[in-house]
Amino acid sequence: METFFQTDSLTLLAILGMGVATYLTRISGLVLLRFVELRGRTRAALEAVPVAVLMSVIAPTILATGPAESAAAIVTLIAALRLPLLGVVVVGVVSAALFRMLFGAV
Amino acid sequence: MEASTTAPEVRSDFAEGLRAIAPLVIAALPIGLVFGALAAQKGLSPFETMLMSSVVFAGGSQFVAIDFWADPVPWVAITISALLVTIRHVLMPASLGTKTRQMRFGKQLIAYGFLADEVWALSEHRARKGRVSFPFMMGLALPFYLNWLVMTGVGASLGTLLADLDPAKWGFDFAFPAIFIGLIMGFWQGKKTAAILGASGLAAVACKWFVPGAWYIAAGAVAGVAVAAITASDEAEVV
Repeated sequence: METFFQTDSLTLLAILGMGVATYLTRISGLVLLRFVELRGRTRAALEAVPVAVLMSVIAPTILATGPAESAAAIVTLIAALRLPLLGVVVVGVVSAALFRMLFGAV
Repeated sequence: MEASTTAPEVRSDFAEGLRAIAPLVIAALPIGLVFGALAAQKGLSPFETMLMSSVVFAGGSQFVAIDFWADPVPWVAITISALLVTIRHVLMPASLGTKTRQMRFGKQLIAYGFLADEVWALSEHRARKGRVSFPFMMGLALPFYLNWLVMTGVGASLGTLLADLDPAKWGFDFAFPAIFIGLIMGFWQGKKTAAILGASGLAAVACKWFVPGAWYIAAGAVAGVAVAAITASDEAEVV
C-alpha cells in the first residue's frame, strides 16, 4: 500500500505548477474578454477559434505521422458526417488499427 | 447578473449536459487507461497520477508532461510545457465567454476551471442553439472529470500489465484524434471551415517540424484565426 501513496516534493511541485498554469489559462480568456469589443473581424476571428485550436492539436498526428494515421483520419472524417461521436471514435480506433497492420507500421 | 432560474430548469440543463457528454465519457475510457499506464512506466504512483488528473484535468498537457518526466523531476520545464499546451485555453474562454455573460462571474470562475477541450467544444456547440448555463456546463464537466480521475488511477494501478497490451497496436491511442475530428465536424460550415482547417493544419505541422516543444498548437491556432479574420470582410456584417 505504501507504493500506492508514494510521492516526493518535486513531483508535487510539478503537479502544482501544471495545475496553476492550466487554471490560469482557462480563466484568463474571461478577463481578456472584458477589454475586447466584438464586431466584424474580431467576431469572425473568435468564432474560428474552436476549429483552429482543435485542428492544431491533432494536425501533427493526422498529417505528419505516417500513411496509416492519415488514412485513418480520412475514414474517421467520413464517419463523422453520419455517425454520433461514439461511433466516430469506434471507427477511428478500428481504422487506425487496420491501416497500421496494412502499412506495417507497428 | 443572472436571470432567475427555476429548479426544474436547473435540473433539465444539468441532465442535458450529462446526455451530451455521455458518449465522450465512454470514448475517453481507453485514453485514461493509456495515460495511467504511461505515468506508471515513468515511475508515478497511482496516488500521484490521480492527484495530477484531479489538479490539472487536461489530457493534452498531461501527456506532454509525462513525455518530459525524468528523475529528478524537471518541474520548471514541465510547468512551462503545461502552459504552452494550454495556451489554447486563453482563446477558448474568450470565445465561449461571449455566450455566458448571463452567468455570475464567480460561477464562471468555477465552471471555466473544468474547461477541457471536449467540455468547451460541446458548450460552444450548444451556444448555437440555446443558453449555456452553469448547470449545463457542470453536467458536462463532472462525469468527464470523475471518469478521467478514476480511469487514469486504474491505468496507473494496472501499470506494466497494460503496457504489454501496446495501445498503439490496437489503435486505442487514435481515440484522441478521433474525438477531435468528430468535434470539428460538429462546427462544419463549408468552405469557410475548410480554409481555417487548411491554415491551422499546415501551420501546426510546419511549426512542429522546425520548433521543438508545444509551440505548434499556438502557431496553428493563430494561423486559422488569422485566415478567418482576413476572409471575414464580406460576410462579417451578415453574422
